[in-house]
Amino acid sequence: MTPDIAAILGVDGIATGAIYVLVAIGTVLIFTVTRVIFIPFGDIAAFTALTLAALDTGQVPGTIGLLVALACLATLVEVTSLVRKQDYREIPYALFYYLALPAAIALAVWLLIPLKPPLPVRLAMALLLILPIAPLLDRIVFRPIADGTVLLLLIVSVALHFALVGLGLLFFGPEGVRTEPLSSFHMEIAGIMLSGQTILIVVAAIVFSVLLYLFFDFTLVGKSLRATAINRTGARLMGIRPARAGTVAYLLGSLMAGVSGILIAPVNTIFYDSGFLIGLKAFVGAIIGGLASYPGTAIGAVFVGILESFASFQSSAFKDVIVFSMLIPILIWRSLAALHSEEEVDE
Amino acid sequence: MRRSQIHLIGLIAVVCLGIAPYVLGSFSITLLNYIGIYALVAIGLALLTGVGGIVSFGQAAFVGVSAYASAWLSTTGGYSPWLGLILGAVLTCSIAAFLGFVTLRLKGHFLSLSTIAWGLAIAYMFGNIEGLGNYNGIASIPPISFGSIELIRSTQIYYLIWAIVIIAVLLAYNLLNSRVGRAMRTLRGGDTLVESLGINAFWIKLASFIIAALLAAVSGWLYAHMSRFVSPTPFEAGMGIEYLMMAMIGGAGSIIGGIVGAAIVTVLKNSIQDYLPLIAKGASGQLEIVAFSALFILFLQRARQGIVPYVAKFLPEPAHEPPPPAEPLPRRTQPPPGQTILKVDSAVRRFGGLIAVNEVSFEVRSGEILGLIGPNGAGKSTMFNLITGALKLSGGGVAFEGASVADKRQYQIARAGIARTFQHVKLRPRMTLIDNVLLGTYPRTKTGFWRGALRLNKDEEASAYQEALAQLKRVGLGDKPYELAGNLPLGSQRVLEIARALAADPVLLVLDEPAAGLRRQEKLQLAELLRSLRSDHLTILLVEHDMDFVMGLVDRIVVMDFGSKLCEGEPKEIRSDARVQEAYLGAVA
Repeated sequence: MTPDIAAILGVDGIATGAIYVLVAIGTVLIFTVTRVIFIPFGDIAAFTALTLAALDTGQVPGTIGLLVALACLATLVEVTSLVRKQDYREIPYALFYYLALPAAIALAVWLLIPLKPPLPVRLAMALLLILPIAPLLDRIVFRPIADGTVLLLLIVSVALHFALVGLGLLFFGPEGVRTEPLSSFHMEIAGIMLSGQTILIVVAAIVFSVLLYLFFDFTLVGKSLRATAINRTGARLMGIRPARAGTVAYLLGSLMAGVSGILIAPVNTIFYDSGFLIGLKAFVGAIIGGLASYPGTAIGAVFVGILESFASFQSSAFKDVIVFSMLIPILIWRSLAALHSEEEVDE
Repeated sequence: MRRSQIHLIGLIAVVCLGIAPYVLGSFSITLLNYIGIYALVAIGLALLTGVGGIVSFGQAAFVGVSAYASAWLSTTGGYSPWLGLILGAVLTCSIAAFLGFVTLRLKGHFLSLSTIAWGLAIAYMFGNIEGLGNYNGIASIPPISFGSIELIRSTQIYYLIWAIVIIAVLLAYNLLNSRVGRAMRTLRGGDTLVESLGINAFWIKLASFIIAALLAAVSGWLYAHMSRFVSPTPFEAGMGIEYLMMAMIGGAGSIIGGIVGAAIVTVLKNSIQDYLPLIAKGASGQLEIVAFSALFILFLQRARQGIVPYVAKFLPEPAHEPPPPAEPLPRRTQPPPGQTILKVDSAVRRFGGLIAVNEVSFEVRSGEILGLIGPNGAGKSTMFNLITGALKLSGGGVAFEGASVADKRQYQIARAGIARTFQHVKLRPRMTLIDNVLLGTYPRTKTGFWRGALRLNKDEEASAYQEALAQLKRVGLGDKPYELAGNLPLGSQRVLEIARALAADPVLLVLDEPAAGLRRQEKLQLAELLRSLRSDHLTILLVEHDMDFVMGLVDRIVVMDFGSKLCEGEPKEIRSDARVQEAYLGAVA
């Protein structure tokens, strides 16, 4: 391997890693606030890419159907639980948030498609369609078992991923997509070509990480999220609703995943099931950060990207084997570094 | 339900299985074959996940390792599938031993995540190794044969599959009801509890992990030689969660549940494949996995207990037949009275900048009850954890019967003869009183995995049973040994913990705030029990902050305050000590 190749692989790895940074930070955010290890996060990213690709060609994206279906289901679950609690006054709110709002988004996008809107509008449309999905899934799948063990939530999360892969095939079909690059800009630094897309990816990762930091440190909602992450019961006593904090976390996380989906679509061909690998690799990065530290997660995700890039140069068939095998030493290192704590006892 | 009735039901089930090929069509038999093959993996998971609490998403990879190993050996090498079974089992168990050795120290969800990681890594390997046919897999694998009889038709291999399943069920049941099985059932109570009983928790986890892998290996071997073709798909992550689903739907921790779960999932999958096209034309393949995952999520939300435990609630209690009288377990020789058995020498423990225990020294002499008292936050519990090995010393030393315990693991200290109880009671609430006390006899008995699974342990088991019953009677709980521990009131639970500790035949009994939360009458009974134990020459170290309880009971007292030893002496001296009064009352009274 010459230094030139190493440099190209390095740049490539950093760009891939930056994508993972976005997904990984969302994963950590959701884990700390809700204790759910949200495996389907990569699916959200892949669905965003597929949505954007459909919008680019003027087709109706499958996301609209998915969104409406999930909204109906979530409304059903929410209204049933409200009726059971005899909390009839909340029903109009539930209908608004779980049914009317997602339906309005779906309708707006559907009406806009024939007008052939410009790229920035299409990006906004794709993100708007994808944002409600994770919160709706949270309502349907995780809220009824919010107090279960991390392990139970993890099993459910893995099952949910497989459901989403099936839904992805149903709503998006088996074809892979690759969208137009967002920028045709090119530059050369020290003999290495940098595409505008690469720069965009890295910049986006940095910008969103900083925005998240500002959000957590300088807004009340952000602080309430941190409080929930540290101690759910304590936060509840301070008047913070963990369920609402969870919804905010899912929305924010989906935004990150959505952006990463948009950024990766011009670089890699995305299929309905590409999300699993993106999500899991981001997750390896998140574990390097101990599922808690955001800077650690960012460093970890970039490390995974670089590792993957070099591994695929050495042996492209085994790059996934190498990346996932890496997780084991990392987990051991993390569990050694973790403070001694009384283990969870479940009956 | 008596044991003979259970045997009768088992016999009827075996007969039904035996005549099935003469009654059912070949399609049903093929389905039953798949159920049996999946059930083997699910039984392994019932032991690993249901009983041991170790959630593995990676079993499908183990099935694949064995299936590929046997397929490769019998096609490219032309060797007998029986050799393939040996290769598959050895290879799978070696990989499991390695992975288990590396990962089983991980806690809770970290451990499960690691199973996703290696499950994926192994599954990707199958598709990328040229010698294994890449993504095309290996075709025309020879069938299993007995002499000249080749098991080609589904009705032929059917008998082999179900014979193996029945053997696996019997072995698993025996194992669960043996010494090691009880240790496995305790894993969910946490490492601190397991190790305090003198059980090497890591070893039990590793063995459970390898057993589950071995069952997966046998399943993979049967799969390869039944379908005569292997490709990477059935060993991918999706199948891993399906196995988990079978074990959990059947009932986590229930062996029969493994078969029930495998049957339900397989039949359900089949009917979904049959009926979905009627509902949604052309989209059945996609909907299948969606419907399946949705059902699983619904199950996890609503009925986590699983089917077999739910049904078992409506069946009559199994009758308990106590084992015959047996030789008592050997006892250790207690040290002569008055000898120093525990010596704490300037013990120090720091948590970051906080010094929880600061240069504390004291001795425990055999035959006495020593009280370690002090106000809240004095460092009593930390001292307790240093003695039992739950925490490591930052400085100084602790010696038990002349040997340092500083670098010993918890279970080694327990085996040396220190038995403990817990401030927050740690019992197995779903195990009977007698089973809980039997756990205490673990270090005094020897039956391993194989002897337990093959029931070669009857004599030892009977001895251990007698010992446990004797200890239950000694503490006054001998009248209902088959009650579930979780049904007892708190006072009795504390006493049950003492019985469990006594069953280990300890030299030193260390009690962590045994009077906490007890009513006055219960406290008096507890004090009476401890006095009777002292008159049996047992040495007791009591960590307590209930002064009344301690004063009338103990021979000597060590007082701690703010991490340091304040003073030491007989109860009378302590009561009149000005420093103690200040520590407890805030000023000289």
